[in-house]
Amino acid sequence: MTALLKIEGLTKAYPGVVANDDVSFEIAPGQVHALLGENGAGKSTLVKMIYGLVKPNSGTMTLRGQPFEPPEPRAARADGVAMVFQHFSLFDALSVAENIALGMENPPPMAELAQRISDVSTEYGLPLSPDMTVGDLSAGERQRVEIIRCLLQNPKLLIMDEPTSVLTPQEVQILFATLRQLSAEGTAILYISHKLEEIRSLCDQATVLRLGKVVGRCDPRQKSAAELAEMMVGSELRPPSRTPAEPGAPKLQVTNLSLPAPSAFGTALRDISFTVHAGEVLGIGGVAGNGQDELLSALSGEAATSGATVRLNGQPISTLGPNARRALAVLAAPEERLGHAAAPNMSLIENALLTGATRQNLTRNGFIDWAATRRFAEQIITRFDVRTPGPGNAARALSGGNLQKFVIGREVLQTPEVLVVNQPTWGVDASAAAAIRQSLLDLAHNGAALVVISQDLDELMEISDRFAALNEGRLSAPRPAQGLSIEEIGLMMGGAHGMEVAHHGTA
Amino acid sequence: MVRLEQRPSPSAFWTYATPILAVLATMVAGGVLFALLGTNPVAVIRTIFWDPLFGEFAFYYRGQLLVKAGPLILIAIGLSMGFRAGIWNIGAEGQYIMGAICGAGAGLAFYPSESFLIFPVMIIAGALGGWAWSMIPAILKTRFGTNEILVSLMLVYVAENILASVSSGLLRNPEGQGFPGSRNLRNWDAAANTEIITGSGMHWGVVAAFIAVILAYITLSRHMLGFQIRLTGESPRAARFASVNPTALILICMGLSGALAGLAGLFEVAGPAGQISIDFNSGYGFTAIIVAFLGRLNPIGILLAGLLLALTYIGGEAAQSNLGLPSAAIQLFQGMLLFFLLAMDVFANFRLRFGRVGVS
Repeated sequence: MTALLKIEGLTKAYPGVVANDDVSFEIAPGQVHALLGENGAGKSTLVKMIYGLVKPNSGTMTLRGQPFEPPEPRAARADGVAMVFQHFSLFDALSVAENIALGMENPPPMAELAQRISDVSTEYGLPLSPDMTVGDLSAGERQRVEIIRCLLQNPKLLIMDEPTSVLTPQEVQILFATLRQLSAEGTAILYISHKLEEIRSLCDQATVLRLGKVVGRCDPRQKSAAELAEMMVGSELRPPSRTPAEPGAPKLQVTNLSLPAPSAFGTALRDISFTVHAGEVLGIGGVAGNGQDELLSALSGEAATSGATVRLNGQPISTLGPNARRALAVLAAPEERLGHAAAPNMSLIENALLTGATRQNLTRNGFIDWAATRRFAEQIITRFDVRTPGPGNAARALSGGNLQKFVIGREVLQTPEVLVVNQPTWGVDASAAAAIRQSLLDLAHNGAALVVISQDLDELMEISDRFAALNEGRLSAPRPAQGLSIEEIGLMMGGAHGMEVAHHGTA
Repeated sequence: MVRLEQRPSPSAFWTYATPILAVLATMVAGGVLFALLGTNPVAVIRTIFWDPLFGEFAFYYRGQLLVKAGPLILIAIGLSMGFRAGIWNIGAEGQYIMGAICGAGAGLAFYPSESFLIFPVMIIAGALGGWAWSMIPAILKTRFGTNEILVSLMLVYVAENILASVSSGLLRNPEGQGFPGSRNLRNWDAAANTEIITGSGMHWGVVAAFIAVILAYITLSRHMLGFQIRLTGESPRAARFASVNPTALILICMGLSGALAGLAGLFEVAGPAGQISIDFNSGYGFTAIIVAFLGRLNPIGILLAGLLLALTYIGGEAAQSNLGLPSAAIQLFQGMLLFFLLAMDVFANFRLRFGRVGVS
């Protein structure tokens, strides 16, 4: 079988870091090829070069035997390469068909385009109405818009960057069925992920990257997940040591919490109730955009609620603001690092003051003790291994993972009794993620009550005592995490948003 | 191919270097303009920037410098606090007028008493007048979500009409033979805002401006309120996470800028202007917006920017009368200064890169 795309010796260096170092691999027509690696291993840079977004420093690419050097994505698309990005580029206020037309070179008349969208969506089992407004769609449906946008170009190579991070397990099955069908028709798929089970079930070739270099090639179906992980990480990972303790007294109680949506594209919280005990970790899963941000702001105090909906040790705290709750040792770390958990253009010292002022006694009569604030910032940097030249650096100058360590460390070091975190290890490399999880577990071990909101189910299964899922602003009843099957979790997350029948014809 | 690349952190060097560079660029571009108008550019630049400070008549101009810079700095300091937090009080001119009317009115109510309490009462009334006028857009914004830019700006025109009304009505000088305008406060010792050092131009308003600079500096660098103001401007969502109450912050910042503008109006009417008259206001409230941005919303920067702008006004007037330049040319020159400053600002956050485009 001749290669569809052949990559030889591709190298791309940025100042201070070699993102790709002499990378070579081949993809055959119809092959589902996995690109496996940790965050920062160079997967994204590699596919950006194939898609014409980044120019390599050296090395060659050959597509169907012809030299392939796309100067821009338009040229790559013209040669039959399409890409579905991890972050969607869709306009909320426009319809599906309008969004797709915007991405086309010569869009056909709207009626004809709508017909083609319907045809493609039926053919590949991706039900989608062309007239729907994108703002009303779930993350999974939005991804379908992006996929159909690609399929309309009849691609020969489809690149998918972490496509399942926003999907429920059932939606993942629908996507996989579509990808298998495409593969059977001869479309090659380059599939980027760090989720090992997915790759084992879907892909028939894998190239493993570590620190920009190819460190292994294999047939993932022949390898165990542990073997793949070892190739990817290169060393034994220390999983967090969970010593399940007897849960203590109820700490944080939430009763019938409802909150209107903060904006047109936000999610309303509906009748949420749960209790977290001292020493317990409650994991909250769910697809992004189902009320995670809103739940965090109701618990942090950014959004006040009425009456006794939120109680600490039995005392209502629903109407208290963030600092008043911090004084009671209820702390939070939001998902969005830049612009919510931290101010991008402010220094790490100033960002340490942002949440630390109350509990660390960093002010006297309203005047800031900058020396003490600097010490607190330095303490976070040392204890959580934040890589930065110094605490005077702006938050935006830090990499995502390092800033995440800072944001989590800032709260953990303030000895919370209740800590609410959203996506604690998002974009953090594996060893740092393990350290963050361990620090959360240590907190619980010392009697704190933790609410961990995350989209990483593996993470939640690893550290949670009990598990619940958010779906359209509703929280399922928490259940003990031990012994939950992936199907049960999927159902708690709301199934496939009414799409279960999608593949009856092809399954 | 030239392109801009964002710096990881704003450059400290360029933050301070760009204002100087902007002044130099203004001199060059302005020089070209003046040369095209048929005057000697070197002479014009010297008349504007050098003569008022070190020329033959500098003893007169130097005093004028503080008289003009004082109200600009006082108003700009108040505005800068709000601007930093993303609260846009554009109506300082109206608050300045209302401060002058209330302050002068409070004083004139006691005419012809010579009590030493009259001037302090006028100061308090002036500040309250400006504060009250700024509370209108502030409360409308916090209660009904109106746009403070539009409301505060429109209230300037309301204030101008009130000014016209009181200067020919309520506050008109009974001994003024029917001419519009109040009694001259400078001729009334108890109410006069006199020069503290004769010939220096240093009146109580200038003292207030310097005190405002110092207090603003301390607030912004050492106090929680300053931190909350900066945080709100940087990132409103992070500010809410840090427990900043947006409503309180709007009321504080609008009130502060209104009170300082009112003070500036009072000191002007009791000092350099002397009386309430129909055309008493001379645009300090609007020019102060330029001063605030020219000074990068930094108290020390505003102090320097106020002095610089006052210098171009005084020097500009001298250039008009001595060299016969049209006033439009001087205004254009002042406009260039602002343009270059904002344009050069780019270099604090970006660096120039020469070479091929790379996308990352």
